[in-house]
Amino acid sequence: MSDTPLLSVRALTKRFGGRVACHDVSFDLWPGEVLGIVGESGSGKTTLLNCLAGRLEPDAGSVSYETASMGTVDVHRLSEARRRLLARTEWGFVNQDARDGLRMGVSAGANIGERLMAIGARHYGEIRGSASEWLGRVEIDLDRLDDRPTTFSGGMRQRLQIARNLVSNPRLVFMDEPTGGLDVSVQARILDLLRGLVDRFHLSAVLVTHDLGVARLLTHRLMVMQGGAVIEQGLTDQVLDDPQHAYTQMLVASILPV
Amino acid sequence: MLPVLRVSGLNKSFVMHAQGGLALRVLEDVALSVAPGECLALVGPSGAGKSTLLRSLYGNYRPQTGSIRIRHREAWVELANAEPRTTLDVRRHTLGFVSQFLRVIPRVATVDVVAEPMLRLGATPEQARDRAQFLLSLLGIPERLWQLPPATFSGGEQQRVNIARSLIADYPVLLLDEPTASLDVANRDGVIDLIRQRREAGAAIVGIFHDTAVRDALATRLHNVALPGAQA
Amino acid sequence: MPDGAYNYAYLDEQTKRMIRRAILKAVAVPGYQVPFGGREMPLPYGWGTGGIQVTAAIIGQDDTLKVIDQGADDTTNAVSIRRFFARVADVATTTRTEEATVIQTRHRVPETPLKDGQILVFQVPIPEPLRMLEPRETETRTLHALTEYGVMQVSLYESIARHGRIAKTYNYPVLVNGRYMMSPSPIPKFDNPKLDNNPALQLYGAGREKRIYAVPPYTSVKSLDFEDHPFEIETWTECCALCDSKESFLDEMIVDDAGKRMFVCSDTDYCQERQQQHRPEKT
Repeated sequence: MSDTPLLSVRALTKRFGGRVACHDVSFDLWPGEVLGIVGESGSGKTTLLNCLAGRLEPDAGSVSYETASMGTVDVHRLSEARRRLLARTEWGFVNQDARDGLRMGVSAGANIGERLMAIGARHYGEIRGSASEWLGRVEIDLDRLDDRPTTFSGGMRQRLQIARNLVSNPRLVFMDEPTGGLDVSVQARILDLLRGLVDRFHLSAVLVTHDLGVARLLTHRLMVMQGGAVIEQGLTDQVLDDPQHAYTQMLVASILPV
Repeated sequence: MLPVLRVSGLNKSFVMHAQGGLALRVLEDVALSVAPGECLALVGPSGAGKSTLLRSLYGNYRPQTGSIRIRHREAWVELANAEPRTTLDVRRHTLGFVSQFLRVIPRVATVDVVAEPMLRLGATPEQARDRAQFLLSLLGIPERLWQLPPATFSGGEQQRVNIARSLIADYPVLLLDEPTASLDVANRDGVIDLIRQRREAGAAIVGIFHDTAVRDALATRLHNVALPGAQA
Repeated sequence: MPDGAYNYAYLDEQTKRMIRRAILKAVAVPGYQVPFGGREMPLPYGWGTGGIQVTAAIIGQDDTLKVIDQGADDTTNAVSIRRFFARVADVATTTRTEEATVIQTRHRVPETPLKDGQILVFQVPIPEPLRMLEPRETETRTLHALTEYGVMQVSLYESIARHGRIAKTYNYPVLVNGRYMMSPSPIPKFDNPKLDNNPALQLYGAGREKRIYAVPPYTSVKSLDFEDHPFEIETWTECCALCDSKESFLDEMIVDDAGKRMFVCSDTDYCQERQQQHRPEKT
């Protein structure tokens, strides 16, 4: 077991005007862990995720990240240049709406290849080769390599977005409702794909979802948020099978049986 | 033999917030210990908290107070209210759990479902697959099903897949929750053989066996579980 | 004498100073787009208002001005701008590249190599090379600031994926001094190699968008490409029908209603010089 957490969050607070979106959140994410953040809409999950990923500046608290080569950095004290470099090399971010995470005007191959080009790849054939490989890994037919994502289904777009993020071998992936808004059968495929990729590439991940089934399948640990605060956390099976907090018990009891 | 699992002063109650904070005391001051080669059978009436105890030992339920110590990586590790990553590491290397129900993973072939825990321990894909196929055939899962996801299997088949998955890694400590429920006699005997072999190889086992024949075949000791206050 | 109704070179002195300050900054940071307070000029946007303001700010009575439009000295716009400066700045004008000290140009770089001391002023319609890829100005500025130019490479990738080669033929993106991505204005990519390490000072003026940028003399200007799809300029199988040049940028012209075509140099001065050298008896 590693002795250094990958991500170390302390007393993170974010307000929007007078409204507290996220209050005094602290946790450690260890290498290889998938952490789920669950709670209903408006509970502060996505705000927290954006603060972790450096996309939103918190009002208080810190987010430390153990980089591959530069030691431990405070995400919000890094220069924007360094933070963006980190974001496109060591991190990934999978948006709920794939349109927010893809360039809809260029081909699937260009979408996957962008990160490689951004970090200096200048060999067309090799970039195309990596793009094809990743297209295969996310189970999209290779003859779609030069098609634009506008011609893709919702599930394909989401898988393309995943490939676009993972092509640079990130260590930490942030996911915001990656299967939200998709058909159940399409969801299952993406979940299974993500599960396989997380295992295969030893990814760590922070996953925001309101779907406890998704959390059960993909995450090792859960944090339950209500009104901007973390009200309960633990191993995923502990939280779902032995919920302690009234709100968590209500959430778990609200799952529709299949 | 010195014990590898020591439980003392374990208390667990469930607080039902939906019922106005009704507290249900299930475990009170439980103590037990198990040594390698032992199989401790939990006995007691239905609803006495046998499953709760077993799940608490696995770290699935969180006890309020008490201690669950387990030998892990040649040291004692406290499992009660442990850090999640500690519990995960113990489960990955030391502590196995065989339940009646398989949590189906969509689209993963049966043989890979079974092989996964061994892969995580660093076995090669070939080793893990070979072992998985051996266990599946031993448990009477027809070869034509191995490449299919177990989602569509019958309850008994799923249970046997789950047993294979839970027994593929040689965990030093095994927890069994009705491992043979709903199996026919032939398959039941196969499972009993597997578990007995594991016990004889030095595993420390805690189990719930409703079937007295299975209990007699496996248990080396009995441990009475009763609801708090029910003990006369 | 310049026209007495206007200040020398049309713009007032404060404006010229402001533009010169912008030019100095642009020269100091090669390829960086410097905002400036562009003035209304007596011609419409798109006709060279940016180039004219730069020229007005740097021109003096000792200068000799040449103005070309798509390589030609004799098009309406080139003639008008030349006449404008002859009137308001009292400068000598020329059509000969080597005689000029200031050359204002739209969409071409002269074929005749430029020399130390010459200044080439480009008219620029869209100064932001990333505009078509990233419409948000706040974001493009950040990309420049952080040298994040992957997206430009993406557009070249896309071109190869679609056409089998980099199909962009004009306004081909360049990296200046190893730092800033720059639009060379809509010159044909044929002219891109001339920008690299050129002895002349290159000034770029965008009137509508109020930006000035520059490439100082002898500065590296690299056209983007891929290792396995290197940058290449256009070539022709034909040669110029008037001067036989095989080295210059050729315009294709349709000369009659039957669709008969001919290829001639786009650079009229270069073409005439060659014609005179080859047929001196006609002069």
